[in-house]
Amino acid sequence: MSLGLPHTFLGLDWSIFAQPAFDRSGTYFQFLLVGLQWTLIISVLGWAVAFVIGSIAGIMRTLPGRILPSIAAVYVEVFRNVPLLVQLFLWYFVMPELIPGIGMWFKQGLNPLLQQMVAAVLCLGFFTGARVAEQVRSGLGSLPRAQRAAGLALGLNLMQVYLLILLPVAYRIIIPTLTSEFLNIIKNSAVASTIGLVELSRQSQQLGEFTAHWYESFIAVTVLYAAINVAVMLAARYLERAARLPGLVGGHK
Amino acid sequence: MPALDWSSIPGALPFLWNGMLVTLSITGVAILVGIVLGTLIATARLSANPIPSSLAALYVNGFRSIPLVMVLLWFYLLVPQLIQALFKNPAADIRLVSAFVAFSLFEASYYAEIIRAGIQSVSRGQVSAGLALGMSRAQTMRLIVLPQAFRRMLPLLLTQAIILFQDTSLVYVIGLSEFFGVAYRTGDRDGTIVELLLFAGAVYFVLCFAASSLVRVLQRKIAL
Repeated sequence: MSLGLPHTFLGLDWSIFAQPAFDRSGTYFQFLLVGLQWTLIISVLGWAVAFVIGSIAGIMRTLPGRILPSIAAVYVEVFRNVPLLVQLFLWYFVMPELIPGIGMWFKQGLNPLLQQMVAAVLCLGFFTGARVAEQVRSGLGSLPRAQRAAGLALGLNLMQVYLLILLPVAYRIIIPTLTSEFLNIIKNSAVASTIGLVELSRQSQQLGEFTAHWYESFIAVTVLYAAINVAVMLAARYLERAARLPGLVGGHK
Repeated sequence: MPALDWSSIPGALPFLWNGMLVTLSITGVAILVGIVLGTLIATARLSANPIPSSLAALYVNGFRSIPLVMVLLWFYLLVPQLIQALFKNPAADIRLVSAFVAFSLFEASYYAEIIRAGIQSVSRGQVSAGLALGMSRAQTMRLIVLPQAFRRMLPLLLTQAIILFQDTSLVYVIGLSEFFGVAYRTGDRDGTIVELLLFAGAVYFVLCFAASSLVRVLQRKIAL
């Protein structure tokens, strides 16, 4: 397969990407695409987990009472103060040993790739969820207190006040910070290479090891990460414009 | 829940401490170089001249758009070749030097953005006042703007240092044994990986939670 690239450019041999990969799965170009695919899969699934858990924890921190806000605060502090790599190893090596039922399913019911995927998605999800929780809390905190009171005075219950009044506005306010968390989760997904998941940075290391074309491999992968970054930022700009709030700085005139 | 065997931890403590020293040295070097280089990049980025400002923007956006894991791999590829070219017989620990260089340059891009925001938070009147007093642009920056900016951004700089301290664990990808690497390898060797990983996580949590609580206290104290 030809990529239409000159074989040598900048003194490097780019034809390497048209050569068959060591595992006979296709060319090295396709080999990197497999990595790209896994990077996107664990980032998007991790983001879904982060969004749900982060929203729940963020809302809990703003609820009346003491117990629910404290539980959410403990979650946020624990997941913000332990390094991502340590969290990943805890999910991958420790969680299956400590939780017998789920551990058995994890170790026997899943093939190695699925084990790596489940650990990576849970790790990225809970790690990013702690950050999303802080954004959701500050988004809710930025709304006038009277909105909650007005909702309750209208006869809505607390859940309706959150779902119908507070959250729709809060989410629109925090879109820019959520975007940067989404960019972070894509970059953070590279740690999954340490447990052997064949995402982009893992593929670049394998390509380097098997072909000794380290520069070509690293340049291609770096460009791919940068391209994902640009694509997400453009999509986010569109989303921000579509969800702008009238009456706020940066909102409609 | 299986019984945990903590007996291998006391014997591993001296090695874990040596690992912690590596962690702290990478963190320390990256904070120092990162803040100095970050300040230069931030002032370049705010410069009215488009050449330094766009070069600084390229540096910052470049480093911030790729994963730290890739940055570490890149410098572990580049630094040994540079050392080989500069000094014929490399005596230095290339993994450690690569980590120093990678973290310093990477953190500089994050510090630059914090410092830029800090500088921009100082009111324009301060600069005008400095210039009106007959100070040069550089003097105004050094004597008037930066002292106020640093005071305002100190909590953010420290929070970034805590993140950096946690991120140093990623040197695992270039095979350097800092605190986490020692913990993992000890556990892997002795079959006590569960205990060692839990211990490492607890140490990171205690240190980082204490540090971020202190930052919060400081933030309240120095608020202008």
